Amino acid sequence: MAFDVVGKRTVRKDAVAKVTGRAKYADDFFERDMLVGKVLRSPYAHAIVKNIDTSAAKALPGVEAVITHEDLPRLKYATAGHPWSLDPNHRDVADRLMLTDKARFVGDGIAAVVAVDTLTAEKALKLIKVEYEVLPFVLDPEKAIEPGAPVIHEERPDNVLGASNEEIGDIKEDFSKADRIFEGIYETSIVQHCHLEIQTAYAYVDSDSRIVIVSSTQIPHIARRIVGQALGIPWGNIRVIKPYLGGGFGNKQDVIVEPLTAAMSLAVKGRPVRYALTREECFIDTRTRHAMKFYMKTAVTKEGKMLSLHMRPVSNNGAYASHGHTIVMSAGGKFRLLYDFNSIKYEPKTVYTNLPSAGAMRAYGCPQIFFALESHIEDITREMKMDPIEFRKQNLISVGKMDPHSEIVVRTFGLPECIEKGKQLIKWDEKLKKYKEQKGTKRRGLGMACFSYASGTYPHGFEIAGVRIIMNQDGSVQLQVGATEIGQGSDTVLSQIAAEVLGLPYDMVHIVSQQDTDITPFDLGAYASRQTFVSGAAVKKAAEEAKGKALEIAARRTGLSIDALDIKSARIIEKKSGNEICTLEDIAMESYYDLVNAAPIDGNASVNMRTNAMAYGVTFAEVEVDMETGRIEVVEIYNVHDSGVIINPLLAEGQVHGGVSMSLGYALSEQMLFDPGTGRPLNNNFLDYKLQTIMDTPEIGSAFVQIPEPEGSVGQKSLGENTTISPAPAVRNAVLNATGIAINKLPMTPQKVFEEIKKAGLL
Amino acid sequence: MENYENISMEVNGKAYSIEVDIRESLLEVLRNRLQFTGVKQGCSVGECGACTVLIDGLPVDSCIYLAVWADGKKITTIEGVSKDGELSKVQQAFVDEGAVQCGFCTPGLVLTATSLTDSGREYSDEEIKREISGHLCRCTGYNKIFNAVKKVLDDKQH
Repeated sequence: MAFDVVGKRTVRKDAVAKVTGRAKYADDFFERDMLVGKVLRSPYAHAIVKNIDTSAAKALPGVEAVITHEDLPRLKYATAGHPWSLDPNHRDVADRLMLTDKARFVGDGIAAVVAVDTLTAEKALKLIKVEYEVLPFVLDPEKAIEPGAPVIHEERPDNVLGASNEEIGDIKEDFSKADRIFEGIYETSIVQHCHLEIQTAYAYVDSDSRIVIVSSTQIPHIARRIVGQALGIPWGNIRVIKPYLGGGFGNKQDVIVEPLTAAMSLAVKGRPVRYALTREECFIDTRTRHAMKFYMKTAVTKEGKMLSLHMRPVSNNGAYASHGHTIVMSAGGKFRLLYDFNSIKYEPKTVYTNLPSAGAMRAYGCPQIFFALESHIEDITREMKMDPIEFRKQNLISVGKMDPHSEIVVRTFGLPECIEKGKQLIKWDEKLKKYKEQKGTKRRGLGMACFSYASGTYPHGFEIAGVRIIMNQDGSVQLQVGATEIGQGSDTVLSQIAAEVLGLPYDMVHIVSQQDTDITPFDLGAYASRQTFVSGAAVKKAAEEAKGKALEIAARRTGLSIDALDIKSARIIEKKSGNEICTLEDIAMESYYDLVNAAPIDGNASVNMRTNAMAYGVTFAEVEVDMETGRIEVVEIYNVHDSGVIINPLLAEGQVHGGVSMSLGYALSEQMLFDPGTGRPLNNNFLDYKLQTIMDTPEIGSAFVQIPEPEGSVGQKSLGENTTISPAPAVRNAVLNATGIAINKLPMTPQKVFEEIKKAGLL
Repeated sequence: MENYENISMEVNGKAYSIEVDIRESLLEVLRNRLQFTGVKQGCSVGECGACTVLIDGLPVDSCIYLAVWADGKKITTIEGVSKDGELSKVQQAFVDEGAVQCGFCTPGLVLTATSLTDSGREYSDEEIKREISGHLCRCTGYNKIFNAVKKVLDDKQH
């Protein structure tokens, strides 16, 4: 396929707005006399609120309202940013109140103050007297499911939020046929998204008595529904506006501050109230990535064919359901289309604990599951003395493979090519030889890891996207999308698709970079790396409709058939000769002002995408381990992706860099820590939570194997989340290659590595 | 009122004389009073660098700089970097190199990069990284930010 705009390194639609400071985020809008909302949080990990005395807080000058659970509708709601399901069995767990009468983690919201300014609000919080009955608490999910453990939600006395048992094929038979059986335990830790813009919203009641909420959300249409459910008001009475957004990574695919912000405004008769979290609050009362522990057991033939896999993940969900069991289930569906096992038994359990709630985070369970799988496979290859790349290659699936549960079919499979490319980039064979016999205090090693990922949530989720295109008098268009730009570049790539289909230069596509549920076409928002694939299909459909209307006018003018005409560079041409007939502007002007036939050109599309496309990739990493300090330095790293056609290489590289950097933090330094004696967070700030800085981040190589995906509107598959799946296990495997030490728990901090080096007697 | 004090400062070349709460940070005054909303609030305690402004040419976290200290100072916010509707070289490099994603850390980074290019000094790659290391960015993995800053510094040096 030859493209004019798709595949080009066009600059971001929002780049100028962002480098000049003109891009306005949710906190950058001001209403006159805007009030400030603040929340009183539980100091206990588990406690019943016996009594709250708000009288002193209410009496403080400048305090406009104090609210507790008693002032709010007692409607338990679910916060996960999934589309509503008409099937009651397919809904998220509704286990949450806006303010609680039972604290389930340190930081749980007990009461809220609305005041004239932040200082007054904070002062008022200190005047609220809460009587708690402190309960025993549990932080470890394996302890939480033991009999007699503290019960976190009365509705689930065993603390099990979800448990499944899926079997494909016959694992018993395959294990009986195996020459070798391998077992391993792998663990990941709790980390956080750390988007630079915290969760923030403000709300007011407008002149026709509807609640307007301006919020930093990835999912405005879903946020509207959930606010309606939490407050018990008709969804049509709520309007959610999403301006520019300072990063989300899944943490804003959850409705966290919006319902309470609306309740705060209602408590002061609809006056504007802003509720912005502090960074410290953001760490504990938004969402985290589930820590998971995997029990793995694999049956292998002596030739190295993996027959069967039995995987048992235990997922630490924290205090409230949020996306809950869906995450480990979703990841379980994605890894199955990578290696060709005869049989798989997947038994995940998602467990409530008295910790901050885990939710969606970039790649939705896959960084966890692939850390376990790719570490485990590496361990198998070492035990069997087999080449780790050849071993993986001979176990890969091939095109045409269908998952029997999801019925997703792999139509394009560029992973073998990705592996070859990565191998060359890092000079695998040459360096492996070089690093074979190392004895020094600094040892180098190579590692790799593969992954598979989907494009959107179909068939488990519903995938709808809405787009409207309006042609202006000069032939340029306004592109209105329900898809949300959160930094990942969707506005830019969707504009490129529109320009491509319409035959317009990129600059003639103007995108409305704001979603407003009163105006914006219905779309589910930014998650599951769905937008380029799903919303991209809707853009193509709407653009084709608009193009058809323009060509219809051109055909009427010329007497030629529509099929004989095309649009190129905003001009109507005759296909056969390539000759220009008129400008698109001529046609657009006619569509607006022709006295008889005027009908401005537009396109409206809603696409319900009932298909999916598996995307693949691999990381190759080289590390240097300091045997005396345990410090791991990533010397070289490459991510090679099979994401179909790359619509914008400049932005795609940016996605790879960001995803790899996030995964390096996951591998090496990031971890939320809690005091085992109290459940209190120990490092809920950017000083003590070790995010990668520019000093920690190596040069990151990216490459793409582009095989057009037949179901992609321009051949594309997912990319955004994919980038953060395989670096951590690749680094772990490189450390193993360098030192012989298998580190099976993330993060691989210097202290942990040092202790392992000591244990292995290598010091 | 005992908690208030008058300060005079120059912001992006324009003189302001305003009464501020002595407890207010420069960030709060710039954002909430003067509506320079390009100054971003990411952590409020000097950890992330999103609120960086130039004070007499040097990058400072405005969230941990009291507004009263700005009395008599020249402040540059991101709104003051482009002149006559033209992007500065640093801004243009950030656009061209793809150094922008969500954009929340961008104003601070552009300002720190501007102070480096304005200094007239030469910087090694390691020095560039050290100068930028006070800015957290979760989207870009810093690679393209580094490229953008280096590009402008190299253009200046050659």
